[in-house]
Amino acid sequence: MPDTNIKNLTMNFGPQHPAAHGVLRLVLEMDGEIIDRADPHIGLLHRGTEKLIEYKSYLQAVPYFDRLDYVAPQNQEHAFALAVERLAGIEVPPRGQYVRVLYAEIGRILNHILNITAYAMDVGAMTPMLWAFEEREKLMEYCERASGARLHMAYFRPGGVAADIPDSLVDDIAAWCESYPAMIDDLESLLTENRIFKQRTVDIGVMTAEQCFDWGFTGPNLRASGVPWDLRRAQPYDVYDELDFEIPVGKHGDCYDRYLVRMYEMRESVKIMKQCIAQMPAGPVKAADGKFAPPARDEMKRSMEALIHHFKLYTEGYRVPEGETYAAVEAPKGEFAVYLVSDGTNRPYRCKIRAPGFAHLQAVDVMSKGHMLADVVANIGSLDIVFGEIDR
Amino acid sequence: MADPQPVQDIGEYVSGALEGAIASSEVAGGELTVHANRDDIVRVLTFLRDDVLCQFKILLDVCGVDYPERNERFDVVYHLLSLTQNARIRVKVTTDEDTPVPSVTSVFNAANWWEREAWDLYGIFFAEHPDLRRILTDYGFEGHPLRKDFPLTGYVEVRYDDAQKRVVYEPVNLTQEFRNFDFLSPWEGIQQQLPGDEKATVDDETEGAGGEG
Repeated sequence: MPDTNIKNLTMNFGPQHPAAHGVLRLVLEMDGEIIDRADPHIGLLHRGTEKLIEYKSYLQAVPYFDRLDYVAPQNQEHAFALAVERLAGIEVPPRGQYVRVLYAEIGRILNHILNITAYAMDVGAMTPMLWAFEEREKLMEYCERASGARLHMAYFRPGGVAADIPDSLVDDIAAWCESYPAMIDDLESLLTENRIFKQRTVDIGVMTAEQCFDWGFTGPNLRASGVPWDLRRAQPYDVYDELDFEIPVGKHGDCYDRYLVRMYEMRESVKIMKQCIAQMPAGPVKAADGKFAPPARDEMKRSMEALIHHFKLYTEGYRVPEGETYAAVEAPKGEFAVYLVSDGTNRPYRCKIRAPGFAHLQAVDVMSKGHMLADVVANIGSLDIVFGEIDR
Repeated sequence: MADPQPVQDIGEYVSGALEGAIASSEVAGGELTVHANRDDIVRVLTFLRDDVLCQFKILLDVCGVDYPERNERFDVVYHLLSLTQNARIRVKVTTDEDTPVPSVTSVFNAANWWEREAWDLYGIFFAEHPDLRRILTDYGFEGHPLRKDFPLTGYVEVRYDDAQKRVVYEPVNLTQEFRNFDFLSPWEGIQQQLPGDEKATVDDETEGAGGEG
């Protein structure tokens, strides 16, 4: 039989594919049903966030962070707030820190609910999304009650949070924390021992710890490969060092472990939220420095100084001393960081956004090589890709 | 919060071990910055990754910063993380529009996309990069948008043209001029001396001198 020349098939996946988690365009080189090379084309959602921030005052830059990873907006704001506070030398009052941590963990659960259930849908399970989105809706309601916006909160401001949360809201969140673990149990009963789910995820897209280091993995994807590294523990910010929580670590670094790590992280987040609620002190939620954090509304009506501060803060903004800093938080997807360079004016000179998903998506190629086409979908889902933060 | 590990020691150790490759190192606000020579960047990052006392095994970020007034206008900033030391390090090299920076993709695979991004947004050229394509901007985009001399609005805008049945590119046409307020005017009250201030200062000084005497 004469040798036939078989050429690899180049296939376009996305950008309008439901399993592409947004606007991912993958150019796949296929050898039959096997992936030879996966070349992600990104940038279809590029909005020039970093450039825009250079033309905005520090306060005006906050809402842009919501629109990066729009699944867990508050965690991005957290990194920016920490960066500005570090440069300006501002201390956030304890209650402000607790409120932030409380909402950062809400963000983590928001993210993990979406990721786990959307991932389950990618590999064929419809029900988890229908069940868990009810809880997600409740959480977004708590966001709305704190900030006025379900999604893009613009709530974590440099110097604290925008406004205090009422006791009734805290009570409702506490009640939710009691009921939610049962929901996680339900989700687990649908997925964890599900034969189809396991067939689609176990031993798919295995990343060793060394590979994870090499490709710049952080967050749950790194922990799933057996590396116990969590910034909340290793380099704690706000009040994480006063809270007691466990860090789930996987063993195999495959899609299934990444799923499990996220599942357990949700339980730990609920634990953190409960502690925040129990320990939350009374007091102010933002820095007392009138040149930095806006005054209370009632004070503004009575005090001339407060009125001037308000006017100045919302027109000129505040000036941040010259310097540079790299502030990282453990966002739900991994290490989200802001590299902020200030030249002493009221606008950032450079604001580099280090998005965890950018590094993760890059590894789709090594993860998918030698796998079947359907496994690419599983890999993308398990990496927790959101295009808002990757394309910026 | 600053890194818990004292990073000063790491800075001194690295500058000592990499004699000739490190121009200077400093610690500001608990963060260690090392200025490396451009041509030695591969050696520096390899050392930082492999040395037992450093083990900066994760390259978190590579990005450019533009200072148009400088001779070598770009900074390329590398952020590394060491899990064993629980420390971060920032390595900086400088370059200009034409001089290539050696690519560190041979040291960290993660650098691949970060360097593509720096190329795309700043036009920093990385020598021996395996695949230096644009990454974030549109197919066929011209210019490097994060440079300080690139206008915020860009040069072209797109719209769908119903007559031609395709997307067309046109020069930017702003219906309202872009408002760029100058906040550098001295708003922080009157800075200069008021008439009569010099007398008060002189008085204070004589008083102070008298106290010491």
